[in-house]
Amino acid sequence: MTKVRRSFLPHPFLTTILVVVWCLLANGITLGTVVFGTILGLLIPLATAAYWPDAPKGVPPAKVLVYILIVVWDILVANVVVAWIVLTRRNQDMRSTWVTVPLELRTPEAIAILAGTITLTPGTVTADMSDEGHCLLVHALDADDPAAVRDEIKSRYERRLKEIFE
Amino acid sequence: MTGIVLIEIVIAAALVVGALFMLVGSIGLLKLDSPMKRLHAPTKAATLGVGALLAASMIHAFAFGDGSLKELLIMAFLFVTAPISANFIAKVAIHRGQDMPPPEPPNDDTWSTLDAPDTRPGRPDAPVEP
Repeated sequence: MTKVRRSFLPHPFLTTILVVVWCLLANGITLGTVVFGTILGLLIPLATAAYWPDAPKGVPPAKVLVYILIVVWDILVANVVVAWIVLTRRNQDMRSTWVTVPLELRTPEAIAILAGTITLTPGTVTADMSDEGHCLLVHALDADDPAAVRDEIKSRYERRLKEIFE
Repeated sequence: MTGIVLIEIVIAAALVVGALFMLVGSIGLLKLDSPMKRLHAPTKAATLGVGALLAASMIHAFAFGDGSLKELLIMAFLFVTAPISANFIAKVAIHRGQDMPPPEPPNDDTWSTLDAPDTRPGRPDAPVEP
């Protein structure tokens, strides 16, 4: 049964997202948009299945929701903090530095989300990844202690992503 | 009557907050002095700026006409694409050595941007003369 379902519905979550996005684009829920959205939602995952052979399965929705709320809150705080630094701190007083974050995550999707989260949150931008993928290079705009930045990233985001994906 | 005034105040506040953060993002882009530092201003100040403007648009649509949630899509795409463009600009800055050199990675050989064959004459990857 699962095998049959997998052959025509390889990625139920992607299908749901596509239907919702299509209804948002059409800006209304009518029979026409839902039907056409469903057609797209069935065809696009089938057409792109070759590009995500090891898509993560069984992601707990409650934990994802908690993670999204934490990140949105951090983005709000980050904006105020960075705006304050930009407006009040002189350039030569900014202690901007590189921070290296050793990764425990191995799932590519989880590392991509972690990198995106770091870029969107307090005073840090993900710049690069090491050649074997075991480490992230992060630039901090104004940090007293690079180790503290690294530990916060690891405990606040990486730990939660590890629980979600691995 | 007072309800409409209240909603208008909320919309106006969101517009002002959004405009303020866009302004700070632009000031940061002008003021900061190295490519990596400059990257911080637009990736953050601008995401909340655009977010607040879109929130104002959504509140307006729901209060004075038919509701619209398209703005959520704009926000989602912005939040997904902003880190990627920031990453590309950072990679260029590292590649061209415009900022201070990054430290060695603790458990790998080098950073993937710098992991290019060294083809200068006399170096390990120099082209072999036939």
